[in-house]
Amino acid sequence: MSKPIEVTDDTFQATVLENSLPVVVDFWATWCPPCRILGPILDEITDDYAGKAVICKVDVDNNQALAQKYSVMSIPTVLFFKDGEIKEQFVGALPKDQIAAKIDAIL
Amino acid sequence: MEKIHDTVIIGAGAAGLTAGIYASRSNMDSVLLEKFVAGGQAALTSFVENFPAFPDGISGYDLMENMRKQAANFGLEMKTAEVTAITKNKDVFSIETKSEEIKSCTIIICTGVRPRKLNIPGETELFGRGISTCATCDGAFYRNMEVAVIGGGDSALDEGIFLTRFASKVHIIHRRDKFRAIPPLVRKAEENPKIQFHTDTIVTAVNGVNSVESLSLKNVKTEAVSTLKASGVFLYVGLIPNTEMFKGMLELNKQGFIITDTNLATSVDGIFAAGDVCDKPLRQIITAAGDGAVAAYSAGKYLEMLE
Repeated sequence: MSKPIEVTDDTFQATVLENSLPVVVDFWATWCPPCRILGPILDEITDDYAGKAVICKVDVDNNQALAQKYSVMSIPTVLFFKDGEIKEQFVGALPKDQIAAKIDAIL
Repeated sequence: MEKIHDTVIIGAGAAGLTAGIYASRSNMDSVLLEKFVAGGQAALTSFVENFPAFPDGISGYDLMENMRKQAANFGLEMKTAEVTAITKNKDVFSIETKSEEIKSCTIIICTGVRPRKLNIPGETELFGRGISTCATCDGAFYRNMEVAVIGGGDSALDEGIFLTRFASKVHIIHRRDKFRAIPPLVRKAEENPKIQFHTDTIVTAVNGVNSVESLSLKNVKTEAVSTLKASGVFLYVGLIPNTEMFKGMLELNKQGFIITDTNLATSVDGIFAAGDVCDKPLRQIITAAGDGAVAAYSAGKYLEMLE
């Protein structure tokens, strides 16, 4: 199984904002219970959408500038980017089909 | 011929997984249906200190993942599916999900509870932008800021005390003058210099543009209204049973919890209920697990009677 790409303050611009594919970014931390629930769901989605959308994770402990820039005050917060712009977002863990529907809407 | 299961368990929290362990270990042909992922509310708990046999505590996620594995080890069939309707024809139940219809002689309802919302202006708009239901997740974002905790039960006080690690001040807002939380927790909160209580007080709105800036408060005794500056709001205002689909089918109490007898049988023969969804005095992971064992045993006894 593939894993989401770990994105940092330094790689965010190239991996997320300048990507030609839709990008899903999960702001998370190791100690957050709902983040652990969401983790395996996003792993599956990474496989399902290989070549169609890019799934990324930002560890908020190590990348506080990004968390601040996007006003992340709750984790997990998931942002959906296309052409560098936020098209959709949600907070908390959601079932796989609901996340997939949000990606499908911006493909 | 269509397969008829011995039991269908609805919900994969502590009650459902334990029912699954007991049912599958006693060779009942069992299926567990879960609409989201296994673990229930307990998996969202950062740290569990009162589940026996873990002297150093365990994370809620790990505890529930262990329960899931244990159920899987006994061969319990687990499916991701949301139940949409239940009907009974003679002694056989039809359980409909979005994708199939499953037949079973018994049902064990373990659908649990969900956090209550306040339904006040600003709550939906600012959720995740200062409003949170998880202090463990989001507390660290409020370093040196003032936050509010709404509620008066164990969770509200526990999380309020936790938040004092980060916040400069924690306001605990409670609609009554007495707390439902256990006395030692209340004492611990009272002794904490960072905690300020606002009793007999309700929140009428959460205010802010893009992030929480303040709360509108009203004292229920004096009717006095006021504004409290806060950057974060943590909601612990009680639980709602997930029983909407059983209304009119099963006997429920006024709050919607399922009424059972001591064998955890409901008002419909063949349907049992276990865990937080039941009308009972204490809702804990251990009591849910205990219920799961009893309900699976009772379902087994009921099956013997049918044969």
